[in-house]
Amino acid sequence: MAISMNWVKEYVDLNDVDLKELATKITNAGVNVEHISSNDLNNLVVGYVISCEDIPDTHLHDCLVDVGTDKRKIVCGANNVRKGIKVIVSLPGAVLPGGVVIKASTIRGYESNGMICALSELGLEENTPENHAKGIYELPDDAKIGEDVVKYMSLDDTIYELDLNPNRNIDCTNHIGFAYEVASVLGRKVTLPDLSTSPIKDSVKKHFSLSIDTPNCTMYNAKMVTGVEIKESPDFIKHRLIAAGMRPINNVVDISNYVMLEFGQPLHFFDKDKLGDKIKVRMAKENEKIVTLDKKERTLTSDDIVITDGEKPVCIAGVMGGENTEVDENTKDILIESAIFNSYNVRYTSLRLDLRSEASLRYERGLNYEYTTMAIERACHLLEKYANGKVLSDTIVVDNIEKKKKVAKVTLDEVNKTLGLEMTLKDVEKSLNNLGFPYKEKNQEFTVEIPNRRLDVEPHRQDLIEEIGRLYGYDKIKSVLPTIPDRAGKYVGAVKYRKLISNRLKSLGLNECRTYTLVSDEENEMFKYNRKEQIDLLRPMSSDKKTIRQTLIPSLLKVYDYNKSRNVKDVMIYEIANTYGNKTEEDTKVAILMKGNYLTNSWSSTNTKVDFYLLKGILENLLDYLGLKNRYHLQEAKLDGMHPGISAEITLDKEPIGFLGRVHPNISKDDIYVLEISMNKLVEKKIKPIKFKEISKYPSIVKDLAFIVKKDVTSEKLVETIKHTGGRLLTNIDVFDVYMGENVKDDEKSIAYSLTFSDPERTLSDEEVMKIFDKIIEEVSKKHNAVLRDK
Amino acid sequence: MKEKVESIKKELEKDLENVNSLQEVQNLKVKYLGKKGLVTELTSNMKDLSIEERKEVGKLSNDTKNYVTEELTKLETKLNEEELEKKLNSEKIDISLPSTKVAVGSSNILEKLIEEVEELAISMGYDVVEGPEVEKDLYNFELLNLPKGHPARDAQDTFYTDGDTWLLRSQTSPVQIRTMLNNTEKTPIRIICPGKTYRRDDDDATHSHQFTQIEGLLVDKDISLANLKATFDVIAKKLFGEDRETRFRPSFYPFTEPSVEMDISCFNCGGKGCNICKGTGWITVGGAGIVHHNVLDNCGYDSEKWTGFAFGFGAERLAMLKYGITDIRTFYTNDLRVKETFDRKDAD
Repeated sequence: MAISMNWVKEYVDLNDVDLKELATKITNAGVNVEHISSNDLNNLVVGYVISCEDIPDTHLHDCLVDVGTDKRKIVCGANNVRKGIKVIVSLPGAVLPGGVVIKASTIRGYESNGMICALSELGLEENTPENHAKGIYELPDDAKIGEDVVKYMSLDDTIYELDLNPNRNIDCTNHIGFAYEVASVLGRKVTLPDLSTSPIKDSVKKHFSLSIDTPNCTMYNAKMVTGVEIKESPDFIKHRLIAAGMRPINNVVDISNYVMLEFGQPLHFFDKDKLGDKIKVRMAKENEKIVTLDKKERTLTSDDIVITDGEKPVCIAGVMGGENTEVDENTKDILIESAIFNSYNVRYTSLRLDLRSEASLRYERGLNYEYTTMAIERACHLLEKYANGKVLSDTIVVDNIEKKKKVAKVTLDEVNKTLGLEMTLKDVEKSLNNLGFPYKEKNQEFTVEIPNRRLDVEPHRQDLIEEIGRLYGYDKIKSVLPTIPDRAGKYVGAVKYRKLISNRLKSLGLNECRTYTLVSDEENEMFKYNRKEQIDLLRPMSSDKKTIRQTLIPSLLKVYDYNKSRNVKDVMIYEIANTYGNKTEEDTKVAILMKGNYLTNSWSSTNTKVDFYLLKGILENLLDYLGLKNRYHLQEAKLDGMHPGISAEITLDKEPIGFLGRVHPNISKDDIYVLEISMNKLVEKKIKPIKFKEISKYPSIVKDLAFIVKKDVTSEKLVETIKHTGGRLLTNIDVFDVYMGENVKDDEKSIAYSLTFSDPERTLSDEEVMKIFDKIIEEVSKKHNAVLRDK
Repeated sequence: MKEKVESIKKELEKDLENVNSLQEVQNLKVKYLGKKGLVTELTSNMKDLSIEERKEVGKLSNDTKNYVTEELTKLETKLNEEELEKKLNSEKIDISLPSTKVAVGSSNILEKLIEEVEELAISMGYDVVEGPEVEKDLYNFELLNLPKGHPARDAQDTFYTDGDTWLLRSQTSPVQIRTMLNNTEKTPIRIICPGKTYRRDDDDATHSHQFTQIEGLLVDKDISLANLKATFDVIAKKLFGEDRETRFRPSFYPFTEPSVEMDISCFNCGGKGCNICKGTGWITVGGAGIVHHNVLDNCGYDSEKWTGFAFGFGAERLAMLKYGITDIRTFYTNDLRVKETFDRKDAD
């Protein structure tokens, strides 16, 4: 929001005020003045275009311009430049916003001694394609050739660009509202503008009838002005509109905008002759049509509020007028509307029709009914003065506003306790006086009335405390730690478990990743495993972020690709993140991706390459660490996206919790190993407390043996039999060799085990061990069709 | 006899000078101490001597034997050492060759920063609590004093997943709501809730549709903005240096009243004004305020009895400021080369 301080000066005395310091004060009180600009434009003069010739084969024009001191050649590219108009000329030496220095030059062989300017080039209008298309700015005929344009247009203004919080974009988006804020900060009074008119006898009531047929219009004021003369606005209106970022059009349109920027109340002007003698406000019918001012046909819904002439819509309330009742150059009599519509409806309609405007935004944020009434009077005053209009007496009013005074109480103690300050009664009184909030004080308790212009302040002590505090100054607040009992903080719930897993994985050499929750359909289609119903966004921004992921592996694969393409060859990564399905069900997943060398030495051969068994080792280490030893199991499984021969499903207490293995070569030719398990299923498990276990003091006996079995006999099965047969004294089984090849048949393999026997209470004899050992050989041979391999 | 001994010693002295190898030492051992060695021979005619003479000769020859043994052992040790040294020297490696990269993991940059804040908060008695990312509109907005159609919802254009009831949370504040609602005994609360949040933003260097907030909530009796400021001081100094100053500026959040922006004095220029602080000397790092009475009442905490403060930081913003990161996407690309810089303890 751009505020013209020249304009504000009309309501608050600022003659002795440094506007830069004021901006700091206002910012410190909570209304951010983001940028201050004053027009330090120089070398700008009023020029008169004496002649204007097209330069062949270009869009350029060769102009002769009278700039007062001399007549000079200037090349201009705007399509609205022509003979006989007055224009803004920046002379050589002028510095335009953005640092452009104007120099005398030659363009396409034509001499050019300056530049004819558009408002956007001077920083007086936003540099948009629309504004650019408007071309150069045409000055009124009465502009004096050679005069300083800054002076002529009263551009020596200071503009505050405000960055408003949502609570203050109700009152600080108009100049009177902002003037009150300035007055609060300075402790001064606000003078409201002249609203007086000299109405003629004729009453508007004779010309119009008004009916409101919807609860969504709580106030409607209508006044009539006849015999208006459409012409240019007076300079002060034009300049102020330009300063606030609006382009002057004609006096009638400008006055409507001027009053909006003054009071914050949008107005609508109807051509009375086109409108007829009736106004009826109602909800639109489904599929009802109206052609709006921009000449587009709009189809309405029953959520849109419309102004009708009794039959057909003539205006979409709060959004845009209809072409059928538009004020044009032939308009004589005007009906002015100043109304309050339901903000939700205006918001909904303007969003749906993509017609958000300065006006609709103000309806959305809410309006002060006192200004609704004042604004229509102000518009009549200005139309009478600057458009020679005759104001008809009376106002047609429908007023269903509930006018309750906003009153709240606050004590001095409450103020100080909340802010942590030591304000005195006088300090609080000063703040309230400055704010212009009427109050009574009794026994250090303030009963405060909140003016209607501050729609954002609710009648509650906390609101008053904030208003009092921000004016007094938060810089006076000192740091005081709360006097509350000490307690030990901790990680609560699943987060504790996540940290535990995360730290273990880091200690196992894996790097933590953070990737996006939203993914494409294609990504979510990968690695389908125990899937729930997918959750899609209702209005996704793009197809690559349209659904909530149920697996983290595709995200980790992306991280792998990203790093691979940057020559990072060894990628050991993991992520722990929430996944969602079935509308709201949460499942925290732990995913790991490993590829390359786990241990690397670039020049010797001490590399440990990642394979299934390394990843299996990571998994076992993690689960053992979580106290789940001997409770989990891997089983062969055909899984979506995984190598059918090199992957497994993981079960915990016989319940599936996830999978691991090599990524299917169809997805990646690289030998990438991945794992994904559900953390939720780990968290649920109860585990035993840690207890010291005596290590046997007696020597153990180690025996080795190897079996030849069919390839599809898993080691797990052999171990099961060995364990079962070995009994209590068999304390450890290691695989020390797996062999396939020469001396072993094609469909067979040899597995060698190293068995450890021990007893915590005594030394075992060789004989008793041999007995068990022989029994093991016998059982394994029998059960698995195994042959003991010769040593 | 004495002359004999002297001549042996002299001869030994000469022999020792010419010895270069352990084998030669061995040869000398035989020459002097062997069965027919020079020292052994000293006692060869013992049986012809008187007891007195035997004693004298015995002692003399014994001393000589000890002397010779000692000298030879000394030399042997010396040669042994020399030999070992030679062997070790031959085993010398090139210590400048690259190391073996041991398997060591690292934290994500953002997680590292969050943990720093978490640890600090825990030490101040805060619990670390998390909540769901697919959240109810009721908790994400309505109970936070943001009714449907509230203009402040505009600033947080939200991803809805189911009608207007379920959404991807646009802030971590619903965790505060859940904590207050779930605390049926209505006892004091001290929590921080870090977590992922989502808004409809196009990703670029400074915007991300997914980002991370760290929010804190304290509910107790007689809590003031001065208490909030002291708490903010602790966090600001921990993250950005002990010499940081802090300030509050008035602001607006629907769920706090009064609301403030939390600024720190610029750590780059110390407050003089530079590029990082845009010449103001101050950097805004978060928002905060006294919990709005509607929020307390909505969650069953009587606002006439209870007060509290809430504060919130953007984790990415904190990390960007702290580490001088200029592109928010850095946190989500997971370039492993970053580890080289970040996998270490920070300066104190």
